[in-house]
Amino acid sequence: MSDWFMFSLLGLVTVGASVQVVRATDLVHVVLWLALSLVGTAGLYVLLDAGFLAAIQLLLYTGGVITLMLFAVMLARRDGGAVPAGGSAGTLRVLPVVISLLVLVVLAILGGGAKLGTAPVTPQQLGATVMDDLMLPFEALSALLTAAMVGAIVLSRRKDA
Amino acid sequence: MSGPGLEAWLGLAGVMFAIGLYGVLTRRNLLAIVVSVELMANAANVNLVAFSKFGGHPSGQATALFALALTVAEVVVGLALIILVARSRKDLHADGLQELKG
Repeated sequence: MSDWFMFSLLGLVTVGASVQVVRATDLVHVVLWLALSLVGTAGLYVLLDAGFLAAIQLLLYTGGVITLMLFAVMLARRDGGAVPAGGSAGTLRVLPVVISLLVLVVLAILGGGAKLGTAPVTPQQLGATVMDDLMLPFEALSALLTAAMVGAIVLSRRKDA
Repeated sequence: MSGPGLEAWLGLAGVMFAIGLYGVLTRRNLLAIVVSVELMANAANVNLVAFSKFGGHPSGQATALFALALTVAEVVVGLALIILVARSRKDLHADGLQELKG
């Protein structure tokens, strides 16, 4: 019962903030609404018994990515960071695409009907899976992150510096 | 009947993904497009974590963890590219980037 209450509350916060992300007309506001949406998602993770992922989400996303994006907005914006929220002609063309995707998703969900158990996954199990079964992808990911970091430095370095 | 089932979670993630898709398709500012892509990646992660809970297996959460790290790498490179574009142009309008158009 209270699970449903928290689900609705966090879902409303997350979806509402997401709508503001695509509607806001100031880039700084867009990034701040994204932060609220990501915090709401972290709450949803807690509700899904994934406390470790919720912590990672808060640390990595709302701590790191949002700060990085705010820096990018400050560095890159020209005309005060104003962004038009999609013209009316664009909206009319895009809405059918989005709505038909949503209908497809709902049809797929209702047509699935899988029988599933609910045993909460502990962080210990998660760690064992990552470090045991998924060791190679884990190492590949660390190499990718290093490559991304070096790539970002190379891209944004001034040629004359 | 104690809490929201898998269908409710997948529906919520579907709505979040649709909002992100709407943002990607309507926005013309590069930074706003990247932020909307974040919304879509986030919705996909909610799906993975929900499958992990209702499937009772940690591989869903592990995949979500990897997806999270991948998204961060994508953001780092994306923002570097955007700053590069911002340095050589007066705005971040996506329609203006047509140098590679054949």
